[in-house]
Amino acid sequence: MEGDIAQFGQFIGAGLAAIGSGLAAIGVGSVAANYLGGALRNPSAAASQTATLFIGLAFAEALGIFSFLVALLLMFAV
Amino acid sequence: MATEAVALVEGEEPGGLVFHPFDQFEIKPLFGEIGDPVSWYTISNATFWMAMAALCVIGLLVIGTRGRAVIPSRVQSAAELVYGFVYKMVEDVTGKEGLKYFPWIMTLFLFILFSNYLGLLPLAFTPTSHIAVTAVLALGVFITVTVIGFVKNGMAFLGLFWMKEAPLFLRPVIAIIEVISYFVRPVSHSIRLAGNLVAGHAMIKVFAGFAAIAALSPLSVVAITAIYGLEVLVAGIQAYVFTILTCIYLKDALHPSH
Repeated sequence: MEGDIAQFGQFIGAGLAAIGSGLAAIGVGSVAANYLGGALRNPSAAASQTATLFIGLAFAEALGIFSFLVALLLMFAV
Repeated sequence: MATEAVALVEGEEPGGLVFHPFDQFEIKPLFGEIGDPVSWYTISNATFWMAMAALCVIGLLVIGTRGRAVIPSRVQSAAELVYGFVYKMVEDVTGKEGLKYFPWIMTLFLFILFSNYLGLLPLAFTPTSHIAVTAVLALGVFITVTVIGFVKNGMAFLGLFWMKEAPLFLRPVIAIIEVISYFVRPVSHSIRLAGNLVAGHAMIKVFAGFAAIAALSPLSVVAITAIYGLEVLVAGIQAYVFTILTCIYLKDALHPSH
């Protein structure tokens, strides 16, 4: 167990950034759940909204990817 | 095997694995080692796999359109399916005027799709996992769309940032936010694609590391199969998302008034 305080901080920070990835999962789940709820109420309108669904998923997911990127930068680039 | 696994954990640097999950993203010369005189004159693996993606696109479309049969062969139906899918997406999102830019969007979609799928082959390299590659694609989209917006609408394109529906005293604030969000577009556009692929491939590698205990726990084989299936899905969806966001940006350029 060697290493300095900066490395300690890197690992702590990367772990904290990983929480953000998990929170993005809540967002993605929320998007999909609401889509499914709407689609079951009005199945005839569901097919026309799949594009919107994927855009919403992509936007929610991108923020999780950003925190993943922060974790990567802390681990390998700092 | 168990002693090997222990040596693997203890013999390495703290937190290191024998096969590091990020080794697969290293850009290497195709022939010779780095520093060799030969390596200076060969292409890198990134170039090679991008060329493979381009060759696959050419192969799919050339072989697919060779027969032009009424009852299509398998390759022809695949080519027709992709063409129809992207054509409908462009038409739905941007409207009839957007169809002029359909070849450009089709090119983007097919290149990203085949880069993603070829990257899933064992030992392959994924060009789209590098932000350098995706940033060029996203900046290309950003610059093209901005130029199209100004050429088509002139200064009226700036109306994209000036919300007519909002109350007057809020408009300058919204304009600032809109301008910032406009310039962040290429960043999120490129990082979304690269980040998804990096995360997915690193995850596959970590799960592949469990092969060392496959005899003890056969569940790890099931796990990596499931993760691989997920990655096949992600590869397709991310190509789709990149393309549809391009379509949306193009729609904003063609019709800046909301």
